[in-house]
Order: sequence, then C-alpha cells, then structure tokens
Amino acid sequence: MPVTYENLATTTLGSAQSSVTFSSISGSYTDLILVWTGTLTTGTSVWGLQYNSDTGTNYSWTSLRGDGSAASSARDNGSTRINCGWIGTTQTTEIVHIMNYSNTTTNKTNISRNNATVASTYVAANVGLWRNTSAITSITIKPDSSTFTSGSTFTLYGIKAA
Amino acid sequence: MIGNILGGAMGKVAPTGDYESIATVTVGAGGATDITFSSIPSTYQHLQLRMISRGANSTNTPVLLQFNSDTTTVYARHWLTGNGTSASASAQTGETSINSSRQPGSGDTSNTFGAVVIDILDYKDTNKFTTIRSLSGYDTNGAGEIHLYSGLWRSTSAVTTIKLYASTGNLLQYSQAALYGIKG
Repeated sequence: MPVTYENLATTTLGSAQSSVTFSSISGSYTDLILVWTGTLTTGTSVWGLQYNSDTGTNYSWTSLRGDGSAASSARDNGSTRINCGWIGTTQTTEIVHIMNYSNTTTNKTNISRNNATVASTYVAANVGLWRNTSAITSITIKPDSSTFTSGSTFTLYGIKAA
Repeated sequence: MIGNILGGAMGKVAPTGDYESIATVTVGAGGATDITFSSIPSTYQHLQLRMISRGANSTNTPVLLQFNSDTTTVYARHWLTGNGTSASASAQTGETSINSSRQPGSGDTSNTFGAVVIDILDYKDTNKFTTIRSLSGYDTNGAGEIHLYSGLWRSTSAVTTIKLYASTGNLLQYSQAALYGIKG
C-alpha cells in the first residue's frame, strides 16, 4: 500500500524568526496539512499564509471565533494574506488543511483551526481563499507583528488520495 | 531572518497502513447528482472524508450526507456558523440526512469550491450510533461561511455506504471526495 500520509518537512526554530517558508513543495499529493505549535515573541497578533510568494491582494477569508465571552464572525476581501487566527506569548496549536493544492483547475481553499489561549485572542475556525488556480509550490507563514519564538515547530504533511 | 524549509529536504516516510486511501471520486463534465462510496471495508477503526465541492444551483447549498442508503428520519444535526458578520447556531432532529458542509453555487466567484474534512469515528461498531464531526467552509472574496458541524445517525449498523449530495441541484465538475481509513 503506497504511503498516504507523509511528513514532507519539519523545522524547529533555533532563533526568533519573522516568517517560515516551505518551498519546492512536491505536486504528488492531494491535500497538505500544516501543523505548527509555538508562541509569539511579544504581544498578540494575527498570523497568516501566503502562497507562491504572492503578496498581492488575491486572498480573502472568513472566520468564526470565540473570545471567552461571545462568539463572532469576521471577513476580509482583497487581502494580502489569509488570516488563520490570533496568537500570543502562550503556546498555541494550529492546524491548516490546504485542499487539492496541486491541481491547476480550482482556486485554492484552506480550512483551519486556531487554538490560541492567551487573553485578547480567540479560539477560531477559518476558511481562506487564494484566487489563483496555480498549484501551490510554496507556503509562507508569518505573524502581522512580532516574531515566532525559538522552539516553535512547523510541520508540513502531504495526503495522497487513491 | 526568514526560516526557509525545502519541501522534502527533511521528509520522513510515515509507516504504511495506519492512514490509508480507500477511494476517490472526481465529478466529470456534466456534473453528478451525488458522490457515493459503497462496499466500505470494515478493516479500519475510523473513517475520514476530505472533499471540495461546488454546486450547480446558482446560490450556495448544503452538502448532505446519508449512510447505508437510509433515507428515513433517523438523523440529527447541529452546527455553528460564521458568515463574516455574525455567528449563529442551529439544531435539528428527525431529519433524513446530516448537513456535512456548505458549498458555493454556479453564480459565485468562478473556480471556487467549498472544502470539508469529515471525521466518522468507530464506523463499524455495532454497539454505537454513528456520529460525525466536520470542519467546513467556503470563501468567494465577498461572501462565505465557516462551519463546525456534528451529526448523528441513529443506527447501530456498521457503515458500509456513504452518499454525499447537494440539497438542490448537482455537484459540478472538479468536485472531488476522498475517503480514508484510519486503523486503531
């Protein structure tokens, strides 16, 4: 039976970094799953994704979130990145499903769970869109402000459908 | 400093057999009324469905799920939804299907599909009703929804068939569903 769920790459930061990029991603899989755990160096910030070094206003997202007092929803259109959640200086766990990333037919949709625990952040579910039918070959992960701390770990998995 | 990881430079091969692809269905030109997985083997502990879809209806529609060709009112469902403006919740019992996701329609931004990951735990256990949970959403750059769904099929039968279909209209070309088995 061929391998279906494969660890493509893992990195644990040895120093604080402003972003992390997975590049030269193989097109041999159906979906990608990004899993990362870590913290922000200071304060709180949104974190997000960009694909294939595209920094244009080709992204949009919709979120569902709870802040400990109430549930709410937000959206942004024509954004320069996909908002995947809010993080802070307390450990967070993030899981992003990037669906059918290697086809050249559909715009790229991801769905994610954001599990921040520090005050002024949220537990959230998010959906993001990259309006581009190109296969995804690189993923850049970065917070809007501050940096990922040393020790934060990022792993990219590939899932291959039959 | 930017941390840069080459895809595959540190790749590790996972053990084979714990997470296996069972079947994949891709909708062809002309669309399809449903995607159905049948004769699901009983050799796994859990199932996972991963799907992208777009509907022929001009506006967004729910994607519904039925087990074992059961069309009777033995399903229940809950969901929590964000539409970009507000969060809402709903629940229904005595239904003929489970809501698993929601998809954009033919009138929405072109080439854009909804996505869903559905977990079906203990699908072959004949001592339990079958429960699903899903994370789903679609965004069309101006509209969209993100959902958490749970669903119940009030039957202790092992799941052998799963049908996915839109509440209205067909599934469009390039919609794709993949079924995976997870060994316990």
